[in-house]
Amino acid sequence: MSASVEIEFKLNGVGTRANVPARMSALEMLRDLFGLTGTKYGCGEGECGACTIIVDGLSVNSCLMFAADCHGREVMTIEGLASDARADILKKSFVTHGAVQCGFCTPGFVMQAHHVLSRNPHPDAEHIRRGIEGNLCRCTGYKKIVEAIAEAGTAPT
Amino acid sequence: MGATDKAAANTLIGKRIPKKDAPEKASGKTRYIHDINLPGQLHAKILRSAHVHAKIRSIDTSAARALAGVHAVITAADVPWQRPIGVAKDHLPLKRDLVRSPRDEIAAVAAESEAIAEAALALIRVDYEPLPILASAEDAMKPGAPLLHGEDLVVPDADGKPEVAHKASLDNTAMTFTYDQGNCVKGEAESDAVVEDVFRLHYVTHCCLGVSGVIAEFDASENLILYSNTQVPFLHKREFADLLGMDPGRIRIIQPPIGGGFGSKLDIYPFEPIAIYLATVTRRPVKLVFTREEEFIASPTRQPVLLKMRSGCTKDGTLTFRRVETVHDNGAYTSWGATTPFVMMQTISSLYRVPNCDYRTRAVYSNNPYAGSFRGYGNLQATFAVEAHMDRLAEAIGMDPLAFRLKNAQDPGEVTPQGMHFNSCGFKDCLKVAAERSEYQRKQQDNRARWNDGSAVKRGVGMASMLHVGGGAKIYPSDGCGTILKMDDFAHVTLLTGASEIGQGSETVLAQLVCEELGLPLSAVSVVNNDTDITPWDVGVHASRTTFIAGNSALGAARKAKDKILATAAGKFGQAAEELDLRDGYVVEKNSGKKLTELGKLIRSLHFSDKAELVMTTFYYEPPSKHQDREFRGDVSAAYAWATQVAEVEVDTQTGIVRLVKVTGAHDVGRVLNRLGIEGQIEGGVVMGQGYALTENLMVENGVVRNPNFRDYKLVTAPEIPEIDISFIETMDGEGPQGAKGVGEAPAICVAAAVGNAIYNATGVRITALPFTPENVYRALHSNAQPPTWIAAA
Repeated sequence: MSASVEIEFKLNGVGTRANVPARMSALEMLRDLFGLTGTKYGCGEGECGACTIIVDGLSVNSCLMFAADCHGREVMTIEGLASDARADILKKSFVTHGAVQCGFCTPGFVMQAHHVLSRNPHPDAEHIRRGIEGNLCRCTGYKKIVEAIAEAGTAPT
Repeated sequence: MGATDKAAANTLIGKRIPKKDAPEKASGKTRYIHDINLPGQLHAKILRSAHVHAKIRSIDTSAARALAGVHAVITAADVPWQRPIGVAKDHLPLKRDLVRSPRDEIAAVAAESEAIAEAALALIRVDYEPLPILASAEDAMKPGAPLLHGEDLVVPDADGKPEVAHKASLDNTAMTFTYDQGNCVKGEAESDAVVEDVFRLHYVTHCCLGVSGVIAEFDASENLILYSNTQVPFLHKREFADLLGMDPGRIRIIQPPIGGGFGSKLDIYPFEPIAIYLATVTRRPVKLVFTREEEFIASPTRQPVLLKMRSGCTKDGTLTFRRVETVHDNGAYTSWGATTPFVMMQTISSLYRVPNCDYRTRAVYSNNPYAGSFRGYGNLQATFAVEAHMDRLAEAIGMDPLAFRLKNAQDPGEVTPQGMHFNSCGFKDCLKVAAERSEYQRKQQDNRARWNDGSAVKRGVGMASMLHVGGGAKIYPSDGCGTILKMDDFAHVTLLTGASEIGQGSETVLAQLVCEELGLPLSAVSVVNNDTDITPWDVGVHASRTTFIAGNSALGAARKAKDKILATAAGKFGQAAEELDLRDGYVVEKNSGKKLTELGKLIRSLHFSDKAELVMTTFYYEPPSKHQDREFRGDVSAAYAWATQVAEVEVDTQTGIVRLVKVTGAHDVGRVLNRLGIEGQIEGGVVMGQGYALTENLMVENGVVRNPNFRDYKLVTAPEIPEIDISFIETMDGEGPQGAKGVGEAPAICVAAAVGNAIYNATGVRITALPFTPENVYRALHSNAQPPTWIAAA
């Protein structure tokens, strides 16, 4: 039996406890223990950004983070953005700008864009492109994603 | 504003319509196959070969079987009733005594968890006898080369008697194609300029963000339910039935939302039958999902091609002949990649008018990965060569390259020697618009003038055009699509379509066409498109066919519903049906726009009356296209799409780095239906083409994929995308739904060809091998590169 760890953390604003195997990734914990399947497995090695979550205000590839390291932290997933007004504008902007095709990368992009906008509410296109360079999309060619984020940045809250 | 103007202002056609499924996807609520877990489900993993080419002496699964949590371990010996899969039916899902590729499936495990399944794989002992590796088509064509399929593949037939499923190949040839038009010898004799090159097109792969996966389950009555990412559910229903010796009526394929297709899901690959075998053995639902590394190793690639082309023209710029020979590395087994010549020959024979043309191609088995279909289906490869030669010939006779193309470009009404009828054809407009918007001619001349100015960073502009099927492709007995349309008592429409959604936006465009016809808002339509027990037949999502074929099918069903509604209303209001129309959810007088009744109310009066009738219609659309004959002649598509793209690049001659600055595209799409959707298809296709040209390279050495990850397989990222300027040429195709033609593959096709021409325009150096990575470009610029050479034995 591999060792497991008791952790306590805030998941999408709610205090949470979990017993996690020491080697489990945060991605596996979110998907398999909590059923939060909006966070996607795309590569398992931090190259595609499909599993992006926000931990203590920083965007993180959840596939590269141990579940055990969530202890004591605030973890936000795409599901947790449901009650966030700014995130709502962002998601709607993805929809109206056609920034979604197959949609598999989309939650990761929305999380990363949310993070970019939280750091700089009115980024220019260059800043946005740099901000999402760790996220891969095979469908859209990124142009509409950049446009969606730019417009969300200009929206009044 | 008259009533007609008002109707035009209210039209949905050409508007920017957000995808119906986008809010779910943007919220992370969409459940892909990876997100679905069935009660009692087991997790499966596949053991692949440790060798590139080897005999299997023995397999010991005893330790794996003994591991706690393992429900089944299977090898070929456990499923002696296996039948072969693939386009040529040349391999079994679980290999018996020979492995021909590191992706080859030797054993599979079903266990309580993925971790246990992986632990069990590590306990399986396989004794191999390594065999010589055929690392390329060239190796495989050498006299005396080992034969990869040198013996008949014998499997039990339906009655258990031995049957030869695949005949031995005695020279490693997997498939050949030969096409001829006119007389190339005569054509060459009439030529004032002749050019010849050898082109090498490399391996790339689809890189769908959602990895491959399947869930197989048998219900208590032995019906198979397959949760599948397939792009061709109805074809696969039949194929799985053949494969499993089942009645097709007992197979139900459910397609959860698919995380990217691009052609990768057009064939049955071994993991799917393997999951079904495990479900058969364990009597439990079995889920099998790839890792990203597996996705790189064991999903299809784009067809790599070695291509020799010889072309000629007269002094006045008239093409005289084109001769093409290709060798396709077929890899270990045959999937759709081997059949890409169907599409390649169309571009070679018919993109431009060329009276004399021949094309010979041979797909050769090797120990390499095997290619499937991939957006563009051979057309990126053919266009790369054809458009390089358009530039070379223009230069050879001293003619402006745009004028040379315009002189040889197809016109509407043309019937090509290959039998294609170009009813709508905006090719010349594409050429002119793309050239004008990019200032192609001025830049082309300015850049050439700077070849020897001593600057390190050069600027180049290059042009390429494409022809692709845009009205389906008649490959199978039918190229049709069925629709069932039902309207409930609140006038809400449910559209049941055979067409699959792979992210391209088909459900939105189909809903849009139906709403336009029935005068309803988009919110009044739900689309059901993912369950073979519910939806009517369709040949699948491929060949850029869905908007055209499924669109015409949906329109047909909507028109029948409208006829029924208006006939009812005509009786009720004492007016002729032709004087009535449907607008904004009402039956109205066509001319005055006067509202007669709310649509739901009318439907209820039909439904809940003594007539007791529902508004429910069906339509099956079969395009007016033809199968090709044995000489590959025939009008395979009901419409053809055209495009020209101009690429502008910056080439750093000191590093070999090529930056794609801008792509100016002009696309003959028939008509724009959903502007947002079509822009998305084109932008995404351009960037996929950019990856093919500049960054992506699946490195295969001695049969082994050396870079099965996103760190070393370089997809284009957001900071690298070019400025993209798109113009739509609306030729209003007479057969297309509201005039539209297919566009899904088109935008990816020209980019590499245009970039190749742009690099030449920047530097004066013609590079005929892809990809244009810094290393390859640097070597070419500094004379260290050997241009590709033709295979002597071929």
